[in-house]
Amino acid sequence: MSATAVLAAAGGNTASIPAPHIEYGQLSPMLVVFGAAVAGVLVEAFVPRRLRHWTQVSLALVALIGAFVAVVVLAAQGHGSPRIDLLAMDSVALDGPALFLQGVILLVAVVAVLTYAERRLEPRAGGLPADAFAAQAAATPGGEQERAAVRAGFTTSEVFPLTMFAVGGMLLFPAANDLLTMFVALEVFSLPLYLLCALARRRRLLSQEAAVKYFLLGAFASAFFLFGTALLYGYAGSVKLGDIADVISGKAMTTAAQLSTTQSDALLLTGLAVLAVGLLFKVGAVPFHSWTPDVYQGAPTPVTGFMASATKVAAFGAFLRLFYVAFPGLRLDWRPVMWGVAILTMVVGAVLAVTQQDVKRLLAYSSIAHAGFILTGVIAVNKQGLSSVLFYLLAYSFVTLGAFAVVTLVRDSKGEATHLSSWAGLGRRSPLVAAVFALFLLAFAGIPLTSGFTGKFAVFQAAAAGGATPLVVVGVLSSAVAAFFYIRVIVLMFFSDPKPGGPTVAIPSAFTATAIGLGVLVTLVLGVLPQYFLDLASKASLFAY
Amino acid sequence: MNSLIPLLVAAPLAGAALLLLGGRALDRFGHWLATGLAALSFGFGLVLFSDLLGRDAEHRTVTTRLFSWVPVNGFQADVSFRLDQLSMTFVLLITGVGTLIHLYSVGYMAYDERRRRFFAYLNLFLAAMLLLVVADNYLLLYFGWEGVGLASYLLIGFWQHKPSAATAAKKAFIVNRVGDLGLSIAIMLMFAEFGSFAFGPVFGGASGASEGKLTAIGLMLLLAACGKSAQVPLQSWLGDAMEGPTPVSALIHAATMVTAGVYLIIRSSAIFDLAPDAQTAVVVVGAVTLLFGAVVGCAKDDIKKALAGSTMSQIGYMVMAAGLGPIGYAFAIMHLVTHGFFKAGLFLGAGSVMHGMNDEVDMRRYGGLRKYMPWTYRTFAVGYLAIIGVPPLSGFFSKDKIIEAAFAKGGTEGWILGLCALVGAAVTAFYMTRVMLLTFFGEKRWQPDAQGNAPHPHESPSTMTVPMVLLALGSACAGGIFAYHDAFLKWLEPVTGHSEGNPPFGSWTVSGLTTACMLAGVGVSYLMYGRSPVPVVPPVGSPLTRAARRDLLQDDFNHAVLVRPGSALTATLVFFDSRGLDGFVNGLAATIGGLSSRMRRVQNGFVRSYALSMFGGTLLLVASTLLVRSF
Repeated sequence: MSATAVLAAAGGNTASIPAPHIEYGQLSPMLVVFGAAVAGVLVEAFVPRRLRHWTQVSLALVALIGAFVAVVVLAAQGHGSPRIDLLAMDSVALDGPALFLQGVILLVAVVAVLTYAERRLEPRAGGLPADAFAAQAAATPGGEQERAAVRAGFTTSEVFPLTMFAVGGMLLFPAANDLLTMFVALEVFSLPLYLLCALARRRRLLSQEAAVKYFLLGAFASAFFLFGTALLYGYAGSVKLGDIADVISGKAMTTAAQLSTTQSDALLLTGLAVLAVGLLFKVGAVPFHSWTPDVYQGAPTPVTGFMASATKVAAFGAFLRLFYVAFPGLRLDWRPVMWGVAILTMVVGAVLAVTQQDVKRLLAYSSIAHAGFILTGVIAVNKQGLSSVLFYLLAYSFVTLGAFAVVTLVRDSKGEATHLSSWAGLGRRSPLVAAVFALFLLAFAGIPLTSGFTGKFAVFQAAAAGGATPLVVVGVLSSAVAAFFYIRVIVLMFFSDPKPGGPTVAIPSAFTATAIGLGVLVTLVLGVLPQYFLDLASKASLFAY
Repeated sequence: MNSLIPLLVAAPLAGAALLLLGGRALDRFGHWLATGLAALSFGFGLVLFSDLLGRDAEHRTVTTRLFSWVPVNGFQADVSFRLDQLSMTFVLLITGVGTLIHLYSVGYMAYDERRRRFFAYLNLFLAAMLLLVVADNYLLLYFGWEGVGLASYLLIGFWQHKPSAATAAKKAFIVNRVGDLGLSIAIMLMFAEFGSFAFGPVFGGASGASEGKLTAIGLMLLLAACGKSAQVPLQSWLGDAMEGPTPVSALIHAATMVTAGVYLIIRSSAIFDLAPDAQTAVVVVGAVTLLFGAVVGCAKDDIKKALAGSTMSQIGYMVMAAGLGPIGYAFAIMHLVTHGFFKAGLFLGAGSVMHGMNDEVDMRRYGGLRKYMPWTYRTFAVGYLAIIGVPPLSGFFSKDKIIEAAFAKGGTEGWILGLCALVGAAVTAFYMTRVMLLTFFGEKRWQPDAQGNAPHPHESPSTMTVPMVLLALGSACAGGIFAYHDAFLKWLEPVTGHSEGNPPFGSWTVSGLTTACMLAGVGVSYLMYGRSPVPVVPPVGSPLTRAARRDLLQDDFNHAVLVRPGSALTATLVFFDSRGLDGFVNGLAATIGGLSSRMRRVQNGFVRSYALSMFGGTLLLVASTLLVRSF
């Protein structure tokens, strides 16, 4: 039903607005997560402080696992593949990519919540265990109020409901079937993230600065997204992705479209480009990447891990849907431009990472380069490209989470020791932790027997099959540059002498240990026995129109 | 019965695994466990032997397939075993002598703190050597071949705290690599030619292959044999290998592993019989090494190195016999077995002497030891008489047959080979008499060492003397038993074949000549070392003596011909690598690094610049999208 039809219906019978039809069962993954988020807010209000941490952790984990079970059940019932549905008045799609990515996001969120729940790394504050988040977010950094809050052993357990809201938004983002729903989802997951960035317990100023930067630039990008939505509505007369595709292919005609064909489609193409900016910002593609290193560095490391993995999954999901559902007819127009973006992203990410001295910034630039690699798969615009990107996102997100979880372990008196020089000789003092980090770095570099290799191979193969061989060449060359700085860290850890008075590796609780263990497990399984997951991704790669 | 064949290998292999993985818990009884498993393997060997004896001569080849090892289409390698008269002979030699030497080592290594590891390596060696001789295809044989190489490396360098031992182990390993390369190339050639490397298809297909290809395969096999059996030109490692504990020298570097080359040649007789050029090469290598080793043995003052030279020379006899074709195959093996007895006995005797002499190895510091070590003296004397070929001890029968076969080759070739062998017999008698006289006769020449500890020569414990006595029995009787009604020849004939050749004169003449040469060698030696006192400091000697002391300049030769050009080549490559390739690579890295530092400046931390770059990027994106359409 188009917007004009709704208006006409409303005009015909002013007494009743037809109630929208909602498929609660099929939307249950999102509903469970949002419900838990709301419940989390209530927990903050009504549960005594001593019990809040554990209540929030269990609530979040139960809800995420429950939602994941719902996703699995939906998939088992045949939703996604072969059944494809449009839900909630055609605004949400229930198809293969949506279910696959929702599953990935939920698993990632489970692991992220495990790292949030860690309370053994920070020294106890006020006689109570402390986590990675600020004692009191609103207190002035270094001020008397903050010291008092620390002494009192306050914690910001609001991070859990905030994260749940973000997860809910991320679940909706890749499933949104019209531009407005997509925009709402974008805002729902972005706003909690801005807040979460500001909540680091150590280096408060850096954390707050990161949050403000992220917020300002994120708002800027959202504005572009909204602007693009408006332009496309002007062109196609609808915000539904399917309708836009129909107008572009000429199946349906609008006045604006008829005018545009004579006026070289300026409305359409500008709308497309501006919409893309909003998404390219979220995935951290060049030249919309500048926030990434600053925010990754400033945010509390568990949040960075969550952001780096889950945001990327959700944003690439939406990106895929937009370009595979709404704009496949325009691929001759957008592909050359995306080629340029992908090349720039890979090269700039890899080259800039070479001179980084901070582990978190290094991983940030590495994530930029990886966004470029994923873009090569997106550009393929075929089934293979879609499935390879899905697989890559699964593989990449667990490596990222694991790597950032390891970063939380290496500490000195000032908190996490993220300067690379203090990682020298880590392999001598803590061989296990160094070996695990080395494994993640090798996976980032795409060395065989790790998930990184399988994923990279899949996207490059898809890109080559889609006719983008030069892009693959650039991709492989930037991988070579990237391998340099990954392996440099390995060399530093294993072949340099430890610095006297350097950092120590803290012994984590079972939470972080489980998170890292899951990262290692997924990295190895996807590297050694990837076939089942490749098949799954391939099976899931059909969009709803 | 076939199922026993894998157990032959499995018993010592299990021992090695247990001892290496078992940890300190096994320290107290691990050596007995290893000895027991070696004996168990010997027991299996005896059972299989009696089984084979119970069959007709034609049905004594037993094969059994354990599992498919490399199941690739067109490339099938099985773990399958073949037990025939040839491999049976080796199995009994390896496990029999091996068990005795395990027993000896219990006494010899009693005070070594890494004893458990030593026995683990010994068991590993047994397993690999047994695998080598019972393998039914060349790939599995290669596996065993590399396994004995590994065990040899580990045992030569067993006292790794001594730099000389570590170096010797590396030297042995590297020289053997050259030979191993030959074996691997031979296997590849076989696969290319016959489409298989199992014994059956290869030997069956040999008659259909061109002589050139067979010669190539034969020469590569010879190269392999040269490496493992320390034949010229790959002989240089054996002398240094004496750095290993003496039981190792006895088992690996005298009785068994070094004879693997002879086994390889005789096992591949189907190929060599059809490649006369390769056979000639084998004969030449054997004859040269025979004299080379003998000359080296004459000049060495280190008792083990003198014996090592002798080993080289005796294996030269075997290789020469193996190169003679069906005339010599059986005699090569016969000499191999008798040599296994007497040379192992001699080494164990040398070890016993060293044991009683504070590990002194210089024979010029021995003298008159027969009173102090009666059993060592007696067993060593039997081994001595056997090796120089005094009738009716073992060496007489086996060596005599080889010399006879050399003459039987016929023509000029036969005369040359026969004379070489005769000269070798004389020189053998000379250097062995020298060893005997310097060690057990004459007056005492031992002196306190640097710390002032005078040696107190004493007889070794019974765990050491019992194996020596048993080996002495073997050295004394084996040859006679083998030669009785040509029993050994008849036993091996179904596998190796036999022909009489054209001897220019009767076997009694040869025996007479050999005995005369032997007596001459003993006489000269007695005149030089028995009549007059032996100086503790070696005299300067003739140029030949000096060269022989340096192993006939083999290391100098290798250094000049291989090491120096090799180093020069490496240096050149390093030069080009560092100036050319590295220059390019480093330049590239520096460029990227520089680019990176310059690009970093854009990341200035100001959110306004970031927003500006986003805005610029958006403009660029919109403009280029529109531009693409206009093309």
